[in-house]
Order: sequence, then structure tokens, then C-alpha cells
Amino acid sequence: MSYDFDFSFLRDYDSDLVYGVWLTLAMTVAAIVPGFALGTTCAISALYGPAWLRRLSTAYVEGIRNTPLVIQVFWLFFGLSVLNIHVSATTAAITALVVNVGAYTAEIMRAGFETIPKGQTEAAACLAMTRTQQIWNIQLPQAVERMYPALVSQFVLMMLATSIMSQISAPELTGVGYQIQSFTFRGFEVYIVIAIIYLALASVLRLLLFGVATALFPRRRRLKTPL
Amino acid sequence: MFGLTIEQLGFIVRGAGWTIVLSLLGFVGGTLVGLPIALARSSNNRWLPRLSAAFVQLVQGIPLPVIMFVVYFGISIGGFDIPALVAAGIAMTLYSSAYLGEIWKGSIQAIPSTQWEASECLALTPVQGFVYVILPQAVRVAIPPTVGFLVQIVKNTSYSVVIGFTDLTYAAKVINNATFRPFLVFTIAAGIYFVICYPMSLLSRKFERSLKRS
Repeated sequence: MSYDFDFSFLRDYDSDLVYGVWLTLAMTVAAIVPGFALGTTCAISALYGPAWLRRLSTAYVEGIRNTPLVIQVFWLFFGLSVLNIHVSATTAAITALVVNVGAYTAEIMRAGFETIPKGQTEAAACLAMTRTQQIWNIQLPQAVERMYPALVSQFVLMMLATSIMSQISAPELTGVGYQIQSFTFRGFEVYIVIAIIYLALASVLRLLLFGVATALFPRRRRLKTPL
Repeated sequence: MFGLTIEQLGFIVRGAGWTIVLSLLGFVGGTLVGLPIALARSSNNRWLPRLSAAFVQLVQGIPLPVIMFVVYFGISIGGFDIPALVAAGIAMTLYSSAYLGEIWKGSIQAIPSTQWEASECLALTPVQGFVYVILPQAVRVAIPPTVGFLVQIVKNTSYSVVIGFTDLTYAAKVINNATFRPFLVFTIAAGIYFVICYPMSLLSRKFERSLKRS
């Protein structure tokens, strides 16, 4: 086998690659924040809400968790265009990611709420806190703190999953790679480079999120207990 | 039926068949590669745990579609012309072996070290101790997360759409392009995925509960 590796595309298409990285990160950040809020809301309503709300959030979580992200994105993106609602591929991609990561976050946060000892809510009730105050001030911070590592892995997985958005022509990193590959016919080299960039992005995102944790949970820092 | 012709529905169902084939390939391949990884991860050797950990980190840090592309283009520059099923199968094997290796490493390490010591006291060799004492207990711990990961495998075969493998997702995409009925077509596809995945999700949860009880 003789094959000459040619990485010269790095020079010609560097600005496209930078744009791809930017869009990948932008989609990730844009999806994490509302996705986390949606998931937490679902977890709380699945645990403490009225029966119909419980059933609704269970249906949502199970429906999303048992179907692939690609199908969800196609359903949304092509579906909207049939309804004559024209949104950009990036908007559709972010919406689908929010809905998707929301379901996974809901499952993680539900487990988080369930691990908090009953004594905590009882103590809060003794301090005359309302149910809302108990959830917001006592249970939620502890649930987030306990589940933080699981949340970080989920968000990193979601960042990697943005790579499928090239299927609806959102020009994120993998999509850029596909374009470069179709101009240069250097598929193997292009995707090796793309893979290395994703590896670096995953490490950076993980470091960043754990950096956020030290600011978010000062108690951990004082007690020197690792997350 | 449902506004689609029998042929179109048949095309989607055939795609679902290929999704199952690819899932099985991914699981069998993932088991064959993942088991040695789990053993290497928990061995006392100096290099084996590090090497296998590096492999796991590598695979878990790269999106599956990109792994598919690397395998697909990598094999074709070797001068081999292979069907997309083989490339997708290799990519799924790499992907699931990393995750299964991690799951099974955790299951092996979840067994208290006193079990190792006890088997040593009974004059069992390390291999005997592993096979007769540790493994039967580790398998019990490993079953719920393994079944749960099967759901991930089935769902993630949908990423093979990037290299044009005719699985359920690809078939649905083709039929949507022909009929332009996205809600109908993708709801059917999602329904098929759900029917495959949901029983496994329930089973995984059931196993987990019965493990916790015992």
C-alpha cells in the first residue's frame, strides 16, 4: 500500500475549520443552558407535580431517550418546512438539541433529587419554608452538586452529538469537514484532523465545566472534596 | 396505508432490519473487543491499564459520525472497496467496545477485594479465582447497564446515515425525499426505534431494581 498523506488543506481551509469549531461550540453552549432548565423543570414536575404533569414529563423523557437524535432533528427540520415555517438549519439544530438534552438532564436530575435525604426537606419545613422555597433553595443546589459529574459527561456527549447536524446542512465542524473532503478528495486526512479537534474540544469543555464547578460550589472548595 | 404505498413502507421496514443487523454487529464486535479492554483496564500490569484507558478516552472523545468517516475513508485509501455495512460495523465495534469496556471494568471493580483474597486462601490461581469467584458476581452487576447500553447501540446506528448505509434512518430520509411527508415518515421511523428500544430500557430498569433488592 502506498499512499501519500497530504495535509495541505489545513492551510487552504483554515478559516472554514475555525468557523466550524466556533459553530460547534456556539450550538453546544446555546443548547446546554435552556436544556438544563427544561430538564430540571421536568424532573421537578415528574417528582412533585400533579398526576397529569407527571405522565406528560415521563412520556417526554421516555420518548426522547428511546429514539435517535437524527430522527428527532429530521422530524423537526423537515416538518417545519412542510408547515411553511422557515428557520435556519442552525436554529432547528439547537432546538432539537435542547429538547434532546432536556430529556437526559431530566433523568439525571430526578436521580439527584431522589438521593437527597428526607431530613433536608423536613428541616426546611421546620424553618417555615414554602414548598417552592424548599425545592429552589434546599433541594435544587444539592441535586446539582451531587449530579454535576453526570451532567458534565452528558453535556460533553451532547457537544459530540452536534456533529450530526451537518445532515441538515448546519455548517458545524463535521459539515465543514465534509465540504473540504468533497473539494480535496482527502477524506481520511480531513477526518483525522477533525477527530483530533473534537478530542481537544471535549477536553477543553470538560475542564471548563469543572472550572465552573469550583466557582459554583464554594463549599466543595473549602472542604476539599472533589466532585 | 398511512398515505404511503406498501413498497415505501416495505423499504422502511427493510431499513429497520439493517438497523438490527448493524446493532448486532456492533454488540458482538463490541463484546469481543470490549471484554479484553475491561480485563486490561483492571489488570495489575504496568502498561495494559494505561493503554486501554487511552483507547477508551480516544473513542469517547470523538463523535461517532467522525469515527464512521475515518473508518470509511481509511479503508478506501487502503485500496479496498468495501460495502458501507462493513465500515459501519467496524465503527460501531470501536464505539461500543470503549463503552462496554468501561461498563465491565466498573462491574469487575465493584466486587469487593475480599473476594479475591478469599479465593486466594482457597488456593485458587488468579485465573481460577477470576473465572469461578469474581466473574459470576461481576456479571450480575454488569447486566443492567449492558442492557441499557444496547439501547444506545441501536440508537447510535442511526449515525451510519453519514456514510450512506441504508439503515432505518437512511430509508426514512429517502422515503421523505420521495413523498415529502416528514411528520408521517419520521414518526413511523421514530415509532420503530421506540418499539425496539423501549422494552430494553424497561428490562434494564427491572434488572437494576432486582439487583438493588438482593
